[in-house]
Amino acid sequence: MVNELSTNKSEKRQITIDIFRNVKGKSSILLVLFAVLISAILFSFTIGRYSVTLNQLFEIIRYKIFGGTVSWPESVPTVLFKIRIPRIFIAVIIGAALAIAGVAYQGLFKNPMVSPDILGASSGAGYGAAIAILLSFGSSGIQISAFLFGLAAVLITIIISKCVARSNNNILALVLTGMVVNTLFSSFISITKYLADTDDKLPAITFWLMGGLSSVSLKDLLIMIFPFLVGIIPLLLIRWKLNVLSFGEEEAQGMGVDTRKIRALIIFCSTLLTASAVSIGGMIGWIGLIIPHIARLIVGPNYKVLLPASALIGGIFLLIVDDVARCLLSIEIPIGILTSIIGAPFFLYLLFKERRQKE
Amino acid sequence: MIMEIKDIICGYGNRKVVNGISITVESGEILCLLGPNGVGKTTLFKSLLGFLKVKGGNVMIDGEDISKWPRKKIAQAVGYVPQAHNSSFEFKVLDVVVMGRAAYIGAMSSPSKKDIEIAEESLRALGIYFLKDRIYTEISGGERQMVLLARALTQQPKILIMDEPTSNLDYGNQVRLLQQVNELAKKGLAIIMTTHSPDHAFLCSSKVALLERNNEFKVGSVNDIVTERNLREAYGVKVSIVKTIGSNGEEISTCVPLLN
Repeated sequence: MVNELSTNKSEKRQITIDIFRNVKGKSSILLVLFAVLISAILFSFTIGRYSVTLNQLFEIIRYKIFGGTVSWPESVPTVLFKIRIPRIFIAVIIGAALAIAGVAYQGLFKNPMVSPDILGASSGAGYGAAIAILLSFGSSGIQISAFLFGLAAVLITIIISKCVARSNNNILALVLTGMVVNTLFSSFISITKYLADTDDKLPAITFWLMGGLSSVSLKDLLIMIFPFLVGIIPLLLIRWKLNVLSFGEEEAQGMGVDTRKIRALIIFCSTLLTASAVSIGGMIGWIGLIIPHIARLIVGPNYKVLLPASALIGGIFLLIVDDVARCLLSIEIPIGILTSIIGAPFFLYLLFKERRQKE
Repeated sequence: MIMEIKDIICGYGNRKVVNGISITVESGEILCLLGPNGVGKTTLFKSLLGFLKVKGGNVMIDGEDISKWPRKKIAQAVGYVPQAHNSSFEFKVLDVVVMGRAAYIGAMSSPSKKDIEIAEESLRALGIYFLKDRIYTEISGGERQMVLLARALTQQPKILIMDEPTSNLDYGNQVRLLQQVNELAKKGLAIIMTTHSPDHAFLCSSKVALLERNNEFKVGSVNDIVTERNLREAYGVKVSIVKTIGSNGEEISTCVPLLN
């Protein structure tokens, strides 16, 4: 009986996977993912310490537009518009940004184990933030410093790799230099922590590095929108060419792709996305590595669908994780810790599932 | 269509690997590049394809120097077939083949229905249409080599450049691939390929370029170039060339290495 049940279950799973695999217009999956994202956003509006029902939400929106009678505590719209809504959209944007940067880098470096921090963007940003906290900058000062140091770290990686590269193996030189720059900035972070006042600065740096969206505001959302759009639109436009690039530089050239230009564009966009995500949300790991894998399991490796699918899944994932971060316990759980705790076992589960499916 | 390689000098940095080679290939011809390891066959290839900057001399297609051509234009004239390899990502075979259209597709667009039809046509031409929906990483090495050939044909080039297309294939697949190469030349493509087996030159080449160490090279018809003496000089081994009769009564030569 038990056996029968479990085979039934696995058959069912098999069927759902088959449906995913066989859908001819993979773009219909994108519609489904988009619907899931919208539902997740609506759901996230309602949960939190101030609970707001969906009805209340719609009424508040209607009141904002058309006016009418107020039937809710005054604090509800404030919580909703000043805190919850910006936080929700920033979670979605950061998740999408990191996932897209990751999936683009995986194509560029021909390697599915690559994450968006490979060229040093997030350790650079982390160091920028640590320094800014040490020097008692305000919150926007910390953000700007993190963003600039993130960009600077990648720039350093590129310049050094240009110097050490032999004529035709730029990619390997880039990855190796990225490792060096990452290590350097990580140790700079440690030095900053070592120098920091143990009573207030050190905990502040440590918490910042763990990642979190508890202090984001509407202003952050408005600032974040720009680098996000500048980073994401070019990648969406050239996404099919990423397929060709994932066969390696020479083959892509043989097929008529100007790899130098396209590589510069990908690095520029991904760096912009990563640095701005880290400067607002802190070091949020795993997203850029794991989301592209999940997306590949669902829609396959063709970047035409893979790139938008990664963005949608990244947004959904980080939004749900952030919901857990703010609602699970009476205190906030740092989101960087949660992405790993939720992400790692979930990733293992997917790997097992994929193996079973192949057998 | 004619590709002329004139006094070409190529290499990395300051090192000249190939110095002053001249060869021409026309539509319908198959040029086999023979030579020991490390003599610069790959370097020459990379220079012809524009992956490496030519240090001297020129590569002309129909009288035009291609060094100033944009990548796209080169890719529309010259198709490159790399050695069968594996991809890190599990692309469908058709998705791989349609990538050959990259040279015709704008920077911001994806393949159209027409592009997909052209890709399917190349699969059919090679008799591997049945692989269309298979996963590239899960098919055999021989099939992968054919898929890469199909991808190059999808570029609709006039010249095919093949890097040791038989090197990872079993005996049967080697023969089948050489048959396809002959067919493609009959259809009017010019083909340049490297091979480690002088027998392959006997089987399908109209021209042979034998590269030797110390930058010497010999170009000519297969019977003039692939001789016992030349092979001994190039590879440093003793070889006997024997003749046999093919199924249509034609004479076929083959090399037999003589072990001590």
